[in-house]
Amino acid sequence: MPTPLVVSDVAKSFTMHLRDGIKLPVVAGVSFSIKAGECTVLGGPSGAGKSSILKMLYGNYAVDEGQIIVKHEGGLVDLAQASPRTVLAIRRQTIGYVSQFLRTVPRVSALDVVAEPLVERGEERETARDKARSLLARLNLPEKLWMLPPATFSGGEQQRVNIARGFITEHPILLLDEPTASLDATNRDVVIGLIAAKKAAGVALLGIFHDHDVREAVADRIIDVTVFAPGKLAA
Amino acid sequence: MTDEPLLRVAALSKFYGSRVGCDNVSFDLWPGEVLAVVGESGSGKTTLLNCLSTRLLPSSGTASYRMRDGQFRELYRMSEAERRFLMRTDWGFVHQNPADGLRMTVSAGANVGERLMAVGDRHYGKIRATAVDWLSRVEIEQDRIDDEPRAFSGGMRQRLQIARNLVTGPRLVFMDEPTGGLDVSVQARLLDLLRGLVTDLGLAAIVVTHDLAVARLLSQRMMVMKDGRVVESGLTDRVLDDPRAPYTQLLVSSILQV
Amino acid sequence: MTDIATYNFAYLDEQTKRMIRRAILKGIAIPGYQVPFASREMPMPYGWGTGGVQVTASIIGPDDVLKVIDQGADDTTNAVSIRAFFRKVANVAVTTETASASIIQTRHRIPEHPLSAGQVLVYQVPIPEPLRFLEPRETETRKMHALEEYGLMHVKLYEDIAKHGRIATTYAYPVKVEGRYVMDPSPTPKFDNPKMHRSPALQLFGAGREKRIYAVPPFTDVVSLDFEDHPFEVQTFDQPCALCAAENVYLDEVILDDHGGRMFVCSDTDHCEKRREAGHRGHLAPESDPTSQTMEPAQ
Repeated sequence: MPTPLVVSDVAKSFTMHLRDGIKLPVVAGVSFSIKAGECTVLGGPSGAGKSSILKMLYGNYAVDEGQIIVKHEGGLVDLAQASPRTVLAIRRQTIGYVSQFLRTVPRVSALDVVAEPLVERGEERETARDKARSLLARLNLPEKLWMLPPATFSGGEQQRVNIARGFITEHPILLLDEPTASLDATNRDVVIGLIAAKKAAGVALLGIFHDHDVREAVADRIIDVTVFAPGKLAA
Repeated sequence: MTDEPLLRVAALSKFYGSRVGCDNVSFDLWPGEVLAVVGESGSGKTTLLNCLSTRLLPSSGTASYRMRDGQFRELYRMSEAERRFLMRTDWGFVHQNPADGLRMTVSAGANVGERLMAVGDRHYGKIRATAVDWLSRVEIEQDRIDDEPRAFSGGMRQRLQIARNLVTGPRLVFMDEPTGGLDVSVQARLLDLLRGLVTDLGLAAIVVTHDLAVARLLSQRMMVMKDGRVVESGLTDRVLDDPRAPYTQLLVSSILQV
Repeated sequence: MTDIATYNFAYLDEQTKRMIRRAILKGIAIPGYQVPFASREMPMPYGWGTGGVQVTASIIGPDDVLKVIDQGADDTTNAVSIRAFFRKVANVAVTTETASASIIQTRHRIPEHPLSAGQVLVYQVPIPEPLRFLEPRETETRKMHALEEYGLMHVKLYEDIAKHGRIATTYAYPVKVEGRYVMDPSPTPKFDNPKMHRSPALQLFGAGREKRIYAVPPFTDVVSLDFEDHPFEVQTFDQPCALCAAENVYLDEVILDDHGGRMFVCSDTDHCEKRREAGHRGHLAPESDPTSQTMEPAQ
């Protein structure tokens, strides 16, 4: 099975310059790969660095050391060293991301928030909106909300907008940061179905799921992040 | 998208006597890309913007712009006539204070139409139709077309200034604190409008702002300046979510949470 | 003519006249371009034609025949006093007849009688800068002329159409000279603009207060600015001159009484008189018309 993403020896720490420059190591020696058609889950307790790893893979956090090799437009790119422009292209074409929280933009409707990634990839706006409609319907978001900006939505409603936005495209790699955190059982099942469909389509998924049932339902493999704890490396 | 940048800036410096305006700034800007330049007053961001837009000549360094014919031209070697032509056709400049960018005593329609007339448009009906179209795109009522901007609110003036700049289909727009001095609700509307226009028209833009929320909303890339130097640059969300330089951390931690 | 000797010929000293002639020559060489010159104090206030007077004084010779008109008339204070001035300081012949004048100094009109080669028309100009009311900075307007950035001029015409449905500028209507410089033709009615185009006469413009001289050499293109869908048009009058029945001339309104009575008569008094001498009569012309009376003897 193809391996579109390989992480080797990645380390990350935060230097808090405002607090006398203390250094907070987050993870070190992170090495793993994910496979197409599989859902890999990052496991471990809160604070172990799961989210940080995901954010590094999306270019949202800088990488101190190591490589993140991504198969992008027929070549291999080290995302850890890539220029901002390359990272943007990778986000547009190769790596999708469902974050924990939706960052809303004033005056943009839920429908357009969802359709946007497709439009950025060159899809006709109306075609993209059609696809957005069917996804929002599948996620049971009341139709009367579609044309409203999601800023005033409840946590669960925002989360579903966020999921639809992440799942609408056909990125070969999809990162999921607790996509089911604030969903009810019905919608959790919808998300599980969406993930299964992505797997069947050959997408490589990497996610964080605190919900035990969801994790059981989707995970092909669990990577325990605690082995990447910075202290371990010294041992 | 092409594989060549629109603007190449190399080691640009501007000194005011012994004082540093901006020091050794280099970057490339690609078509359709929005770059935010953030920093506090006196950080050199406005000096940089003025050098790039050729309103000010740098002390050293180069900036090359890819003209519509695909050829790179060095900005500071162009004749003034060429630079001014560029500024009113392929470039835009949105001032913080709309009065600096508008003719306050001629009508909104003429403000929008001026650039068209400057490049030789001589058909009143067509100029007016274009002005009407642009006013609607910046959400100004059609029946205000013959009013002077003096009679407009701050937000409307700013939107008019944007229309006036975009009417010739520029490829690069400079913005100096485009939302400064506006009420928060008016700001949001303007930002949303700018965001839409930039995306729809595929504009490249360099936006100077001290407001990190503006940078987050409008730009893909960001440069943080302090004392004339670039202390950090990168993807906007990376710089804001994982600030590395001490000064950037200070800036980010100073944002008031609502 | 008693104390002519106390003045230099034509009032200005020779150095000043040479300086002004150099400005004039430069103006002729660059049609429509405003040449700065060191405008002198004249024995009349600014606004009374000091620019035109200095130009005339610099080009006039003992053999010239001078005509001076003010809004087309030979008999108003301004015209009479300037004519008297030159009779006094240059002892030249004066006339009211357009055809026999070699120099015509004018305030705000071009005579109806077509000018011919060899004649010089000297305009008195209050504000030479056509862009002034749109762009107050002289540094900027000079740059705009230098770089041929004239979009702003059309902004003014656009505003006219937007406000009035047509180009409402009726005087000081901007023109482009020889395809290059945009020029203010001084506050002549736009009716006269076509007369400037390819005129066989030399046209000189003097602005005393603003210290600028500009020129249109003979047979130079002078094109009024306009829009494709709002082309330049001259004023038309729906009745002929009440005194001489002339058509296609510029008419002044004359109030006859305080009951709204009025008539429209030629603004060019010389033209009107010549026509009446030739027997043309308008509907308000008196039965026995005392024409051919010149205000002053020609010598």
